[in-house]
Amino acid sequence: MTPNLTYVIVIGVLVAAGVTLLLERSLTRVLMGVILLGNGANLLLLTGGRAGAPPIVGSSSQEEMSDPLPQAMILTAIVITLGMTAFLLALAYRSWHLNGHDEVQDDVEDRRIMDLAERDEVPDDDVDGDDDDDNEETGADRTLAGTVDSGRAG
Amino acid sequence: MTHLVPLPVVMPLLGAALTLLLLGRPRAQRWVSLTVLTATVGVAATLLVQSSKDGPLVVEVGGWVAPLGIVLVADQLAALMLVVSAAVTLCVLVYSMGQGMADGNEETPLSVYHPTYLVLTAGVCNAFLSGDLFNLYVGFEILLVASYVLLTLGSTETRIRAGTTYVVVSLLSSVIFLVAIGLVYASTGTLNLAQLVDRLDALPDDLRLLLQGMLLLAFGIKAAVFPLSAWLPDSYPTAPAPVTAVFAGLLTKVGVYAIIRTETLLFPGGRTATLLMVTAVLTMVVGILGAVAQSDIKRLLSFTLISHIGYMLFGVGLTSALGLSAAIFYVVHHITIQTTLFLAAGLVERRGGSTNMERLGGLARLSPLLAILFFVPALNLAGIPPFSGFLGKLGLVQAGIDDGGVLAWILVAGGLITSLLTLYAVARVWNLAFWRAPHAEMPDADEAEQASQVDGSVQPQQPLPAGHSGAVLPKLMIAPTVALVVFGLVLTVVAGPLFDVSSDAANDLLRRTPYVDAVFPGGTP
Repeated sequence: MTPNLTYVIVIGVLVAAGVTLLLERSLTRVLMGVILLGNGANLLLLTGGRAGAPPIVGSSSQEEMSDPLPQAMILTAIVITLGMTAFLLALAYRSWHLNGHDEVQDDVEDRRIMDLAERDEVPDDDVDGDDDDDNEETGADRTLAGTVDSGRAG
Repeated sequence: MTHLVPLPVVMPLLGAALTLLLLGRPRAQRWVSLTVLTATVGVAATLLVQSSKDGPLVVEVGGWVAPLGIVLVADQLAALMLVVSAAVTLCVLVYSMGQGMADGNEETPLSVYHPTYLVLTAGVCNAFLSGDLFNLYVGFEILLVASYVLLTLGSTETRIRAGTTYVVVSLLSSVIFLVAIGLVYASTGTLNLAQLVDRLDALPDDLRLLLQGMLLLAFGIKAAVFPLSAWLPDSYPTAPAPVTAVFAGLLTKVGVYAIIRTETLLFPGGRTATLLMVTAVLTMVVGILGAVAQSDIKRLLSFTLISHIGYMLFGVGLTSALGLSAAIFYVVHHITIQTTLFLAAGLVERRGGSTNMERLGGLARLSPLLAILFFVPALNLAGIPPFSGFLGKLGLVQAGIDDGGVLAWILVAGGLITSLLTLYAVARVWNLAFWRAPHAEMPDADEAEQASQVDGSVQPQQPLPAGHSGAVLPKLMIAPTVALVVFGLVLTVVAGPLFDVSSDAANDLLRRTPYVDAVFPGGTP
């Protein structure tokens, strides 16, 4: 079909809202974002083919028929989005079950490496393996626990 | 022979259905999976031989004629990728069976493991064989959905956290891919790759560049190309060892395959060559610098994985036949070696109780076999002669020097530095985990065996399932790792013929006509 202004604006709003929600930390909002984004993409797919009468042989002349292919693709995409929605919901529920919230946490190991980098150290490179490792390690763990906690509070 | 083409997709899917029916009967499930994957290896090898002899094999699915129906095309590139990925999935399957039996949890979560694993294989094969852009999308979705399940297997807290990042990033890339497909269809009226060749050539340059850019963006996320790669080291290391291994070997390479296919078949002329070369250098150097900073072996390997994706882009970006052929060779080499290293890391985790290098030590003395299983592929990855990693890099450097441009020289320099830093990164693992004096807490094999006989358990750093000492590595886990190490060495021995196949594939890709003529023998409609 030929896209008109309303149609294009609707796609734009859906995608913009989807992207905004996708940037949230709460998994439920991310899920909403994915759904909106998916719908925006589906509407965009629909612009690809001609609009018209149902594409059934004998019901109308060939020139008046709509293009069935984008519709078939949208159907496939809808099914995939449905499955993904169910899976993400399960993930969010499991996350809520384990942590009491569904916010996505930072990578713990990433934080640890960043912490080491800030203190200008490399991961223990001591081939002799002397005894300070353990102290350093617990020190890193403690600061890490602090940062994660403050991250959660914020 | 064309009736063989759909089998690599159909057999794993049927196998998945069968293993799903056999829930709760792990022994039967294992036999079904083994049979199916062995058969897939056989079919893939036959396809490779046939397509090298007779040119691309084409099947019109459901008997619908080409531009109307979906086609599956097994040309040399697709068949080569099929052979390597099927062989690797088979080895990883055996490894995961060994791990499952050793852990004593034959019931869960293995009951969903087998169907999901087979669906993943089907998705990978479908993506390789697809001759239609939307079917490629479906292949990607099949393998991604299976990978979501595998990554969050057991749904522990860390896996849920890692899985969330992975799922959201993958979904985003899928939406971008879908939008790109919508735009391609709107501007050309077809999604058949062979038919797109002419129709895309007829489009205005700006529009073509937009479509090319969107597809590159979608595939770039999947292939973990530098600015789009942050999700990978975040999510891969938390999964079970065999899952990480198969993901590292295959999933990013499907993205690389899609980049190679679209860049050569749909958008030749190298308008994005500069972009590809710049991202290649950045991917290589930034990736390996990330690896150097890590203290966990699995994370370190994830960063080397990103870094070496850069080598493949290097070859694609050069757009010469030699560059492309070296890139294809490198993909084959890297699938094998990266999987082997992750399997070895899984063995390290089992033997030492951790993959954190600060906690490991003395593994070379405690378990010499494990040391060899890590050492050989590690040197291979770094590109020490005469291993296949060296030959692949040599081909790329040769292609870069032949090109002679400023960017090509920067790429050559970046490639050599990355190779050196890879050596540094794996040498650090070797020094810390294998070479230095063992920590007191790690039992050596004899003591552990005695200990486990006496009181039924040993205490490694991380608790292993009761009754199983980490000191004795199960044979079923060792055997596939050995097989893959040997396969990696064989790549060196057969490097000549393999390079012939990859340069044939590269020439066919650059000529484009063999692919199009195979799909439309009577001329493009």
